Amino acid sequence: MEKSVFKYILRYSARQQVWLMIVSAASFPFLYLFYELPKNIINNAIIASPERFPVELFGVEFGHIQYLLTLCIGFLILVIINQGFKYYINVYKGLTGERMLRRLRYDLFARVLRFPLPTFRNMSQGEIIPMITQEVEPLGGFVGDAYSLPAFQGGQLLVILAFLFVQNPIMAAAAVSLYPLQVYIIPKLQSKVNKLGKERVRLVRKLSERIGESVQGAQEVHVHDTSNRERSDFGNRLGDIFDVRYQIYRKKFVIKFINNFIQQLGPFFFYSLGGYLVITGGLDIGTLMAAIAAHKDLAAPWKELLRYYQMMEDSRIKYEQVIVQFQPAGMRDADYQMKEPDTIAPLTGEMSLSNLTMLDDQDVAVVDGVNATLELDKSIAIVGGGGSGRESIAMLLARLLDPNKGRISIGGNDISSFPEAITGRRMSYIGQGGHVFSGSLGDNLFYGLKHRPISDNPDEKLVKQHKARASEAKASGNSEDDYFAQWIDYDAAGADGPESLTREGLRVLKMVGLDEEVYQFGLRGAIDPVDKPEVAEAILRARTALREHAKGPGMADLIETFDRDKYNANATVAENLVFGNTVGDAFDMDKISEHPYVLSILEKSNLTHDFVQMGHQVAATMVELFADLPADHEFFQQFSFISSEYLPEYQAILNRSDRDNLDQLSEEDRAQLLALPFLIIPARHRLGLIDESFQARILQARAMFSLEMPDDLRASVEFYQSDNYISAANLQDNILFGKIAYGQAEAAASIGSLISDVIQEENLYDIVVEVGFGFDVGVGGARLTTAQRQKLVLARSIIKRPDVLILSEATAALDASVEAAIMKNILDEYAGRSVIWALQHPELAKSFDHVIVMSGGEIAEQGTYAQLKESGKALPQLIDAHAAS
Amino acid sequence: MSLNEEVELLRNIPLFKNIEPSKLKLLAFTSERLVFQAGQDLCVEGDMGDAAYIIIGGTADVMIQTDDGPKTVTQVGQNDVVGEIAILCDVPRTATVRAVSEVTALRISKDLFFRMVTEFPQMAVEIMRKLATDLQRTTGQLSRALGRAGG
Repeated sequence: MEKSVFKYILRYSARQQVWLMIVSAASFPFLYLFYELPKNIINNAIIASPERFPVELFGVEFGHIQYLLTLCIGFLILVIINQGFKYYINVYKGLTGERMLRRLRYDLFARVLRFPLPTFRNMSQGEIIPMITQEVEPLGGFVGDAYSLPAFQGGQLLVILAFLFVQNPIMAAAAVSLYPLQVYIIPKLQSKVNKLGKERVRLVRKLSERIGESVQGAQEVHVHDTSNRERSDFGNRLGDIFDVRYQIYRKKFVIKFINNFIQQLGPFFFYSLGGYLVITGGLDIGTLMAAIAAHKDLAAPWKELLRYYQMMEDSRIKYEQVIVQFQPAGMRDADYQMKEPDTIAPLTGEMSLSNLTMLDDQDVAVVDGVNATLELDKSIAIVGGGGSGRESIAMLLARLLDPNKGRISIGGNDISSFPEAITGRRMSYIGQGGHVFSGSLGDNLFYGLKHRPISDNPDEKLVKQHKARASEAKASGNSEDDYFAQWIDYDAAGADGPESLTREGLRVLKMVGLDEEVYQFGLRGAIDPVDKPEVAEAILRARTALREHAKGPGMADLIETFDRDKYNANATVAENLVFGNTVGDAFDMDKISEHPYVLSILEKSNLTHDFVQMGHQVAATMVELFADLPADHEFFQQFSFISSEYLPEYQAILNRSDRDNLDQLSEEDRAQLLALPFLIIPARHRLGLIDESFQARILQARAMFSLEMPDDLRASVEFYQSDNYISAANLQDNILFGKIAYGQAEAAASIGSLISDVIQEENLYDIVVEVGFGFDVGVGGARLTTAQRQKLVLARSIIKRPDVLILSEATAALDASVEAAIMKNILDEYAGRSVIWALQHPELAKSFDHVIVMSGGEIAEQGTYAQLKESGKALPQLIDAHAAS
Repeated sequence: MSLNEEVELLRNIPLFKNIEPSKLKLLAFTSERLVFQAGQDLCVEGDMGDAAYIIIGGTADVMIQTDDGPKTVTQVGQNDVVGEIAILCDVPRTATVRAVSEVTALRISKDLFFRMVTEFPQMAVEIMRKLATDLQRTTGQLSRALGRAGG
């Protein structure tokens, strides 16, 4: 990257900078006219003697008033022209600056992608993020001014100066006599500020790194009660930053002080020295006046130049300090990622390692002069103790690390000459902790298939949007690939479209033992029936099928299906009343008793009184049951309708009322009691309060609730209707369309298997899994377990069908039995292709065609497992050592 | 069946006879009432237990695995408590309890059971009494069996 910010700006915006100067120059005559015209209006129109009129202008004769008005209209036009210029120049400056900022950020990010991996050991994301985001931000503002401002302010200064010299060289010299002093002193002071500025940037970077650390280590902070230490550390860093910033302020204003002082020294000398000369007759008064005026005229551009100088220094430092971080040694060429070879041949034959050597940070050889030939149609295990180099060699083979000496070649070609298009598609590597990106599970599974856009997005609006933005992206040197295009390379996965890719995804998930979990995610996932009407329809079929099945022996009591004409004893009173899924936040099921519409329905159904009465009974029961328990008793949370903090309140309400005259209670008390019955699930709570007549009245209220729903609330509830898909509910609930009955032994398990039977019968398994692909895995895959993440990472590598699959303890996080099963599946899948697997457990090497035993960065021995176990030395030792530990 | 009826039922069970009704109500309220169809198991020998059951209605076989296959050792019915040993001593279930007819039972989870016992010492005493009685009976049976074997 360009070493200085000026070179960078010039390289990418030379044309814009020139254009800016031309436009600014073009604006000057109008500006001159604008200042000139008022004088003209006063002298030639307002106070001119009437005899002079009519005057002729552009061949037309004007009377006095006409002339005045014409000049005034001219003035107005000049105002518009000047403001127009100003607008245009500012917008153009902004555009140039924003483009440059966009380019700079893009360049920096593109560089991060090309950093050699070891760089990230010493450089945290906490440092990188602020550099790309906020540190370069001020540069955007500077770019527009970088060349044009000094050119024009400097030009203006020179013009005025030249004008002065022509008039009176001595006075002109006097007016600028103190500039050399400023030019000498101010940079000296500024350099101190610059130094502090650099320090400030460094400290703030460390601060963001520290915040990142605390966030990542939040669990440890709680575990060890070290929040005091963390706070103190943070406060201390803020203190450092404060000191530096305060010093910068002081120095900055010292500069200002000195600058202004020197500036005012001019008038001082004019008045004192010039005055003395005038009095003694050495100078005439006119010249002195002219010099004072000239000095004043010079002040404005001179001040601008000084301001520019400070801004420039600031930008220069920021640029240099950022740039220096973005050129680590060993960074790969841009071509390495950008080049798209015409054809990508499969990697076959042999991989040969010659004198392969890699040093670690401390220059110790972790891989030491390894020579070997690996056949790419065999499965190869690399085993060795800790520090034997087995993991490093796996990373070298995957081209994730570069060797310090020696080379790896496939079919005679050095793999370091391969672009990432080859290594990233024909090879794959899975380490111990592969990263899972935020987004959906499917995004992660198919991540390795998205190398470049394949075809346009079917949505034409998105294509248009991309086209509209493409030229601007190009102007900023950004990627011109359409992010919203279809990126998935179906061919690479051996698929011919979305459906077969789903099947292939499912096959691979089975291989790594993640299919069942994804299926469960799918069942608990929701879809938009407008988006996917065919899925909604299929689910409705399953719902019907389930209802048929549920009629079978032993099943009838397990589900209580939603039926508009029946009270559902396994749902709350609130659910029975609303009888639908709420959408959005117009209805909050937890506060349903406060909703005015709900209250109005109760009132119209004459239920209000009954609810209050029932609430009274519930409260009495709860107080009876729970009053003796300590407030923090778990029963409150698990069973009570009333949390411990409100129990005394209800007790008080009970004390000041009795069942027969509840109408005399205050509004608040009644509201409190009214809320309780909504929570009752008759089948679960068995309070014996919800009798048949009450149920019948709730059913009436239910009908009224949906019938009289005002228009503005209509979209807030999706009512349960047996032939409607409920978009607010997940697949499972849509199939179930009812409540699992309380009090039936193993109801949930029976229904679970019933649902999966139905899904098999109706051929919905793939559809459910596809919905499961939409499962949001959370930040960094946090919503998945470690084992699930690891399996997903494995599946992601397998689905792209690399010729060479390199694994390094990729299954170590899994149970031994699961690990063995997955290993077998992968080895079966890869029979005849290349698997190179660095193993922690040497016994696992048994299933491989060829075994390499590493020790101290060198190959100790190699051969088949049986050979080495029989007559080798290092492998038996390793197995013994492993068994002993 | 409502809570109050369940409380009435519980009061007839020896284990709970000395416990005041309001506590029984709490027990009933905080436990789960479950229906087992004939043939379903309340607990399975060898499994780790996580709950005890109070049978409210129906009958169930208590079976143990022997060399000659499963053998029914006794039958339990209304008011009997089963499965408390496994949760008291943290040992696997000592027998399988299988519903013969439709069985209704209150399922008291291990947590709840322990909480009740620590909360209400009367219950602990009652359980001790029951276990001691069982032990005495079993010892008697054993000594008779030994006597028979010896004679």
